[in-house]
Amino acid sequence: MTLTDISRRGFLATGTAALALGPTALRAQAGPRRGGAIRIGHSGGATSDTIDPATYAAGPVVTAMLGGVCNNLVEIDAEGRAAPELAESFEPDAEARVWTFKLRDVAFSNGARLTAADVIASFNHHRGEDTKSGAKGLLEQVAEIRADGDRVVVFELTAGNADFPFVAADYHFVIMPDDGSGRIDWQAGIGTGGYTLEEHEPGVRIRLKRRDDYWKEDRAWFDEVTLLTINDPTARQNALVTGEVDIINGVPPKTVHLLGRRPGLSLVEVTGTAHYPFPMHCDTAPFDDVNVRLALKHAIDRQEMLDKVLKGHGSLGNDHPIAPGNRFHAADLEQRAHDPDRAKYHLKQAGLDSLDVSLSTSDAAFAGAVDAAVLFQESAGRAGIRVNVDRKPADGYWSNVWLKDPFAMSYWNGRPTEDWMFSLVYADGAEWNESRWSNPRFNELLVAARAELDEGLRAEMYHEMQALCRDDGGSIIPMFANYIDGKNDRIAHGEVASNRFLDGWKVVERWWAV
Amino acid sequence: MHPLLRMTVQRLAFGLLTLFAISLFIFLAIELLPGDLTEEILGQSATPETVAAFRRELGLDQPAHLRYLDWLGGALTGDFGTSLANGREIGELLAARFGNTLFLAAYAAAISVPLALFLGLLAALYRGSWFDRFVNVATLSSISFPEYFVAYILLLFLSVKWGLFPSIADFGSGADLGTMLYRTFLPALTLVLVVTAHMMRMTRAAIINLLAQPYIEMARLKGASPARVILRHALPNALSPIINVVALNLAYLITGVVIVEVVFVFPGLGQLMVDSVAKRDIPVVQAACLIFAGIYILLNLAADLLAIATNPRLMHGK
Repeated sequence: MTLTDISRRGFLATGTAALALGPTALRAQAGPRRGGAIRIGHSGGATSDTIDPATYAAGPVVTAMLGGVCNNLVEIDAEGRAAPELAESFEPDAEARVWTFKLRDVAFSNGARLTAADVIASFNHHRGEDTKSGAKGLLEQVAEIRADGDRVVVFELTAGNADFPFVAADYHFVIMPDDGSGRIDWQAGIGTGGYTLEEHEPGVRIRLKRRDDYWKEDRAWFDEVTLLTINDPTARQNALVTGEVDIINGVPPKTVHLLGRRPGLSLVEVTGTAHYPFPMHCDTAPFDDVNVRLALKHAIDRQEMLDKVLKGHGSLGNDHPIAPGNRFHAADLEQRAHDPDRAKYHLKQAGLDSLDVSLSTSDAAFAGAVDAAVLFQESAGRAGIRVNVDRKPADGYWSNVWLKDPFAMSYWNGRPTEDWMFSLVYADGAEWNESRWSNPRFNELLVAARAELDEGLRAEMYHEMQALCRDDGGSIIPMFANYIDGKNDRIAHGEVASNRFLDGWKVVERWWAV
Repeated sequence: MHPLLRMTVQRLAFGLLTLFAISLFIFLAIELLPGDLTEEILGQSATPETVAAFRRELGLDQPAHLRYLDWLGGALTGDFGTSLANGREIGELLAARFGNTLFLAAYAAAISVPLALFLGLLAALYRGSWFDRFVNVATLSSISFPEYFVAYILLLFLSVKWGLFPSIADFGSGADLGTMLYRTFLPALTLVLVVTAHMMRMTRAAIINLLAQPYIEMARLKGASPARVILRHALPNALSPIINVVALNLAYLITGVVIVEVVFVFPGLGQLMVDSVAKRDIPVVQAACLIFAGIYILLNLAADLLAIATNPRLMHGK
């Protein structure tokens, strides 16, 4: 059985296409064509950037490397399916524990052919004692990677994982050439992708040039792409408006209506998986009482927060991290609403008349986090809960406040699969279990669902897990944010993926100039 | 030894001592900041194991005093090391950035210094007139607004509305001088508006101060024209404070323009330093700080030397 036909977010396809095409719809139908030198204004670059896959994070480097210079074994397509990329095909055994990837016969930009050794070296870069990779935890499930000849790589997992192909599509796992000693030579910046890395001035610009011998015939249309780091959102918008760049990412919701009004420009907006949890430590008083957690969950005014912080560019959250676009999203789970009386009832159940909590926040968590905290303070006040908004310095927020303070705001870009998101942040003992939540039934289901290949059964299990998260879990999740990018009329694209901004970070290879 | 030469040597020696003290101070200050490079780079995805491996790779698991001595040893032999964050040579990393910063500072100075002196002289000459008042109000207003506000106003009109100048100043590599001047016009203009007032006001004040002196009255009485009184008689004696304030502003143009760099997306040294502090990339911060400190020391020295050289009483003392 191949899993290339995994389909999810079916309903999103129509919604995103309508949003995305806009005024360029007619021209877009003419089909992609080759040519054009374009510039992209990108957030998230810094002078400390490197092209080492171990330290990738959202920014111009990943947009250039994942969607331009390199390929993965698997990519996530516009419908959110795991589609083979450098792997010609992939197959699990009956328990989804041993995965076999057959490699395509393609060449790196230096002429060398792709072999199993390159794939193994690329994955081993994130494994073992000496790796500093942010994706190390993701590969802990891998017991062994071995080559079966030059063209086949076998991943043996410690336990079954039906979603393993999605893991192989993670942006850390770009395939680079083996240097002969089992390590990758990432400094060279060589990959199998449609572009070569011509210039990288960290935090300033990255210049890519098209390769004529790219193995994908219907991808990589631009002749040249320059990614400029423009971290200031106002400067980024100015650059698009004045024609300095053709595409920008991260249009702030506060000014998005102004940009949409300008002739010659259009917005590309998709409902993503990014969300803003307010995790409470379930092992720390007063949050160790589920009634206190429920009181706080009812005390937040989600609709108001969505309207004011995201200006409506998002969707309501239901206290679990599974986005409306996810494959097994429990749409029939009742949407939790602002209900001060219910909050008071739960307080009484917890034996309390009033409640004082301190919420640590900072705009480092996400843009608008402090505003969101103040809105929460206001709506919680109506339920007799006093929230002290404790504003922390943005510098060092993730190392000093998050995971340490018992009630601190957080941010997750989301993950393409339920199992991944739950294992990363909600599983008992997970490094980033930010709410220190440990629910035996949830953890039992998590392991069972992971190895289950029957879609119907998995849907049932994930439904129950979302309900557990919602009614027992330690995180308030008020909303999911849309990804909003901007472009001018020179640029066209097909259906846009919703797993990240800029077409799943694949803008360089998927979009084209008209 | 000529007294000027002796002073130069002495001051340079003190300058080196200052640089050493600054490097120690900066190192300690960054050590005091919470977190280190590994935690800042890995951010939300940091785990104790990956942080430890990263530290081992960079030698950050060594105690602080050893790391400082190691850095100092390299610096004394002219090797400032490599960036911890991206492994590039500091020299290579800084050269392009420093060139950009110097170019922008020189551009702004070439406009603002003559402009400020000229306006200052005219304002002193026509003290109390509508011209004097207008110049004062205009320059003081532009210095009173925050830089980014001035920058955004210029952007709004000259770039977004009228499309005269580009909103992004980065001219890439290998641009010709015309392109460079055109692309960086808006940031240069912003800086001109920000620094002119200070120098203009000092020129005006220094000259007006002298105009009350008896020897100026004498010059007037013997029938010299107002322009001659100011240029020949007053200005040479006012040079010392003017030179000092010009030097201060030049130093500011090189070291204090990070906000302008951010707004106009200009890859200068300021942005590099802010990024490096945020990531705790100590060698880069050290090198950038030493450049900034060196600039201050050299400009101050130059200002003092010039002030002496233009003052015969100090030149030929005793």
